[in-house]
Amino acid sequence: MATSTPTPDAYAPPPGGSPHASARSGRQTWRSRLWRFDDKASPYAYIAPFFLVFGAFGLYPLLYTGWIALHRVEMTGLNQMEWAGWDNFDEILHDAEFWTAVTNTFLIGVMSTVPQLLVALGLAHLLNYRLRASTFWRTVVLTPYATSVASAALVFALVFRADGGLLNWVLHFAGLGDTNWANGHWTSKIAISVIVIWRWTGYNALIYLAAMQAVPADLYEAASLDGASRWQQFRKVTIPSLRPTILFTIVISTIGSMQLFGEPLLLEGGRLGATGGNENQYETLSLYLYNYGWNLGHLGPAAAVAWAMLALLLIIAAVNRLIGRFVRTSAV
Amino acid sequence: MTMTSTVKAPEPTVPPARRRDTRRPSRFGPGAGKQLQGGPFAYIALAVVGIGSLLPLYWTLVAASHTQDEVLATTPPFLPGGRLLHNLDAAWNQAHLGKAIVNSFLVAGCITAATLFFCTLAGYAFAKMRFRGRGALMTGVIATLTIPPQLSVVPLFMMMSDIGWGGQLESVIFPTLVSAFGVFFMRQYLSEALPYELVEAAKIDGANNFRIVRSVVLPVARPAMMVLGMLTFVQAWNDFFWPYLALNQQNPTLQVALGQLSASYTPDQSIVMAGALISTLPLLVVFVIFGKRIVGGIMSGAVKG
Repeated sequence: MATSTPTPDAYAPPPGGSPHASARSGRQTWRSRLWRFDDKASPYAYIAPFFLVFGAFGLYPLLYTGWIALHRVEMTGLNQMEWAGWDNFDEILHDAEFWTAVTNTFLIGVMSTVPQLLVALGLAHLLNYRLRASTFWRTVVLTPYATSVASAALVFALVFRADGGLLNWVLHFAGLGDTNWANGHWTSKIAISVIVIWRWTGYNALIYLAAMQAVPADLYEAASLDGASRWQQFRKVTIPSLRPTILFTIVISTIGSMQLFGEPLLLEGGRLGATGGNENQYETLSLYLYNYGWNLGHLGPAAAVAWAMLALLLIIAAVNRLIGRFVRTSAV
Repeated sequence: MTMTSTVKAPEPTVPPARRRDTRRPSRFGPGAGKQLQGGPFAYIALAVVGIGSLLPLYWTLVAASHTQDEVLATTPPFLPGGRLLHNLDAAWNQAHLGKAIVNSFLVAGCITAATLFFCTLAGYAFAKMRFRGRGALMTGVIATLTIPPQLSVVPLFMMMSDIGWGGQLESVIFPTLVSAFGVFFMRQYLSEALPYELVEAAKIDGANNFRIVRSVVLPVARPAMMVLGMLTFVQAWNDFFWPYLALNQQNPTLQVALGQLSASYTPDQSIVMAGALISTLPLLVVFVIFGKRIVGGIMSGAVKG
């Protein structure tokens, strides 16, 4: 999508705007002017709401966050901003909890994104067969998408409960010991990843399925004529054709995992939820931001966390670009 | 199966397409997929995934219809019990759920209506109108997709309290009146579904731009608007992060009320599950009725993403 210059000849000129118009009455010229104005201004009027809303509630606050990050602002007195310089950044960057949150966000991001996309790929492949009641299967697979973060997190909190949890009952039944899921460093991350995977796998599978159905059939025909096995076809035809889509889902999932909030907040709920466990073992960056701003009431450091997230996002974007370039240039 | 050397060249006299039909049919691709039935393995695997998808929802129902002690007993119940109404009633009274439902419908309804209106207009402009800076502006729209809400919540919270919307539904509705995804979705749809001749004909008939939108664009856009409407509604209904920060206990949406219910000191898990059921049920109903369209919408929105 280049920044193309408009080509005026794409439109039939409005009736009033014809060369003869100027010779006619003043009323006609007025009308033609109105026409031209309508033609020129309408597109801007139609896209204006998006940019107005985004400017007011997206871009302006985003920049303002940077300004707040340099001030001392408390929840108790929102109108009193006191210059603080780099203090807020100093505070969070020297807080071990912040780095725990960064690590957790990254780990949970990987632990939820990778299995999710792999399963989604396999699932899409299954859904691509000719199936009885294919719409039924697609809908069933997508059902978790209709569930909110809150309900999903709360059900899984019940499943992962230390005593009386459904999962521990199953493990007990299988002769394995109980696990205090939320307490462990890895087990709590697994629990949160499971919630994410459950909610988003079907969604991603449908995105892959759509891309799979757009792969031209002759590619497969050619491959099978060359004697490629099913697995070879999947690897050498399907996956390369899906590359842009896979990259797209990776980007979307990465951005999504940066935002994990409801899942850790509600895994144990209450006081533990707000700090991501008694040792912050599942505290994410969003949770850290929330805890600083809305629990402790210090909005300055919370804003600093937001900008730290922005920095992380830019790093991830750069890495994604590099991967994208590598994927594009490397041979199949 | 490494037989690349043996089956390399088909006889030139037989066109490849027909040649394929005489052999084992390919199991891949759209054309091939249409011919090949999924085997039992596919059904078993799908059934496993399907059960995994639905089990947590079933468990919500089971837990919501027993007492907490029964749910957390050494051997949990596996069938729904008889306490559902009691728990629903308790959840309703403990968490302002009545108000929350009204609020959720208000919020999701307003956001959906506004998104449909503004995104169709913007999508039409980007798809069929030529104007200076169109490409750059569209790139800008797409770029906003990658900005998480976390980055702007602190000033947003302060702004909202400044203009008197602190804790009000307006603070949740206004920031999401339009969506970049919606603009993108409508643009993709309209650039394919709306023939340019139609717009031109209307112009020659002397219709102004707004009239064209009303009588030409909107009828064509209706199927896509249905899909976008449902996707937007689902998203607005389920939104958690910003509403949780912006709204308070007295004036919550369903998701916020649910979060607060579980954050109370000793939440009764059965009652929490009853709340979860109330917050999920409306969407599940929508899903059962419109599932096919939503599936189609996600697939059509994604394939060009």
